[in-house]
Amino acid sequence: MLTRRQQYEARVRRRAMLVAGGSTLAVLLAIVVLVPFAPGWPAVKKSFFNAEVFADTFPGLLNAFLLDVAIFAWSAPMIFALGLVVALMRDVRAPAAYPVRLFAIVYTDIFRGVPVILVIYLVGFGIPGLGLPRPWNSPYVWGTVALVLTYAAYVAEVFRTGIEGIHASQRSAAASLGLTEADTMRFVILPQAIRKVVPANMNLFIALQKDVALLSFIGPVEIFRQAGVYKSLMANFTPYVGAALIFLAITVPATRFADYLLAKQMKARS
Amino acid sequence: MARLEARGLVKSFGATTVCRGIDLEVADGEMVCLIGASGSGKSTLLRCLNLLEPIDDGVILLDGEDISVPGLDPLPVRRRIGMVFQTYNLFPHMTAAENAMLAPRRARGVTREEIGPEVAALFERFGLADRMGHYPDQLSGGQQQRVAIVRALAMRPEIMLFDEITSALDPELVGEVLDALRDLRADGMTMVLATHEMGFARELADKVCFLDGGRILEEGPPGEVFASPREDRTRAFLRRVLQAG
Amino acid sequence: MRLLLATLIALPVAGTALAQNDCAAGLTLEDGTLTVATGNPAYFPWVIDDAPESKQGFEAAVAYAVANAMGFSDDQVTWVRSSFDEAIQPGAKNFDFNLQQYSITPERDEIVDFSAPYYSAAMAVLTRQGVVDGGAAPTLEGLKGLLWGADANTTAVPMLTEIVAPEKAPLLYGDNADVVEAMKANQIDAALFDLPTALYLAAVVLDDGVVLGQFPAERSEAPDQFGLLFEEGNPLKACADAALDKLRSDGTLAAIETEWLSQTTGVPVIE
Repeated sequence: MLTRRQQYEARVRRRAMLVAGGSTLAVLLAIVVLVPFAPGWPAVKKSFFNAEVFADTFPGLLNAFLLDVAIFAWSAPMIFALGLVVALMRDVRAPAAYPVRLFAIVYTDIFRGVPVILVIYLVGFGIPGLGLPRPWNSPYVWGTVALVLTYAAYVAEVFRTGIEGIHASQRSAAASLGLTEADTMRFVILPQAIRKVVPANMNLFIALQKDVALLSFIGPVEIFRQAGVYKSLMANFTPYVGAALIFLAITVPATRFADYLLAKQMKARS
Repeated sequence: MARLEARGLVKSFGATTVCRGIDLEVADGEMVCLIGASGSGKSTLLRCLNLLEPIDDGVILLDGEDISVPGLDPLPVRRRIGMVFQTYNLFPHMTAAENAMLAPRRARGVTREEIGPEVAALFERFGLADRMGHYPDQLSGGQQQRVAIVRALAMRPEIMLFDEITSALDPELVGEVLDALRDLRADGMTMVLATHEMGFARELADKVCFLDGGRILEEGPPGEVFASPREDRTRAFLRRVLQAG
Repeated sequence: MRLLLATLIALPVAGTALAQNDCAAGLTLEDGTLTVATGNPAYFPWVIDDAPESKQGFEAAVAYAVANAMGFSDDQVTWVRSSFDEAIQPGAKNFDFNLQQYSITPERDEIVDFSAPYYSAAMAVLTRQGVVDGGAAPTLEGLKGLLWGADANTTAVPMLTEIVAPEKAPLLYGDNADVVEAMKANQIDAALFDLPTALYLAAVVLDDGVVLGQFPAERSEAPDQFGLLFEEGNPLKACADAALDKLRSDGTLAAIETEWLSQTTGVPVIE
């Protein structure tokens, strides 16, 4: 048996859901019904939402997306590792190691300040242009380097926030036990910091999954480039819509998962 | 000879001087209680004794040896002096047992298997045998503080410092932590406590030091200090806390 | 200044064509003006120095010849720039026709309209002296083993996969400049371009560029032919087709081709 309060709340909740559902439906209907009345709709439909082109190109896009996934898969661990190293470099307090800190600061400033695509161009074409022999001049190698350099700078900042966010009392406790600074970082601070910044890092890695497509500028035929080839051959933008759907299928669940982790963490902390 | 001794200890944070020339002697097996209002310098003194804070002037002697020489490696000293904090400061990502085993493993290079029985005995001794696998957030405040004591003891310290370790606890949990201290006292551990538990200090301390404005204003056996304080300020402080308590 | 000068010189010549042909009347974006689009930038030898209004370069010259034949004087021609994507996206266009080596394909023809072809392009293999020294030969067998690149927006891509069928997956780029950059970085051995573009890149842009060979322009299957691109259903197309017919039959088109694309002879044909 529900209490009076529970009955009231259930009623309010039911009403809120009806209103939300109704208004969402109304907006969707308006879009679905009204947009086709736009004078340019038939042309837009033919160019962007062409079922035939979609069916022809989707398998090829899916196949090309495997390359995006592969690039992501081998870049992500390197980004994680380099980001961690740079974050630790910034935490070094010994005066003799000042150049190390300075390097880490300059590094993060530069790579967070330059658009990814510029780094990809400069590293992807520039360094191989110095005359490296194959296979060391491959755009896969240097494109990956560009992604790793850029994203590690962001990840390093996230780690640094995490490290700084661990309360000083944890360091005190570790010090009072006679742990060395290195041990304190390794066993006490880092495990907590890394856990704490998982949601922030998830968001960065979702962005990385999308930015992998930028490697297409220096040659690799991943999904964005493959969609461009189809677009060019068929003079139709539908392949881009297909590519967008494939990206969404990965990034939306990942984003939701990151939000879920964040919400869980907030709840645990309060 | 005193086990632990401070002479003319001065400690400032920026423009604020917290300890203004403190002289303190702790004999072997002695339990010394530091009492005084918040901000009187009790916690800072303890942190200085454990070399968590470098001191600005004066010396600290451990078994007659100057441990406050600037540039001295603090790690060996900290391993001989254990410390327990007001806010427990357990490592939240480790189980109670892992909390206790980390420092011995790293400092002495022993394995979990080697240190295991000793740590288990400590948990048993403080009534925590069934909590070894628990994470800190699965433990009550009193249990956490007892784990923190076990963690410090696992390093086999010669001296223990306690910084208001019952102040953050719900009143009904204070007793179990004080019992742990009684146990240590009975065992002959040399201890320095900053505390607000006047009854406890009166019952067990060998010596009570009243800190006021960064100095030890009055010290002596608890019977003397509590029953007939010499200083007006001591009297005023005791009246306040005893009324409140 | 140069535009003004060119216009002044052109005026008396074009004046006669004005009244003869009114098939374009009322069909252009702006009455009395023919708006022509080209690439940004437009490349040699199609447009010299990226200045189509100077009439220098093959496509610049074709555009003015077509305009004249449609009844426009030279100073009635205005130029705009567009990318490939702008040219094929649905909606109103900001040009009457667009020429930038657009190959006519049936798929593209469904979205936009093409005029009759104004040039049949041979596809050519651009490579570097080092690759030739390394034993690359203008035979299909020899080409298969190379590491290939191409501009992803061109019909070079299907040609590459269908005719050369390289052993390693080709690398594709967003424009000619990037293909050349990859070649300089030795990331690719060879790239497929239309012959005039390949010749230009070999001679001017690459230090050691070589045009290894060309695929015959009039291949039985899918010849690569360039057409003027119109918005789908643009009635101006008929007028432009008539103009191109006239230019072809009276030899004007051939003369323009000889003037701007004459170096294309002498490149070995790949069998």
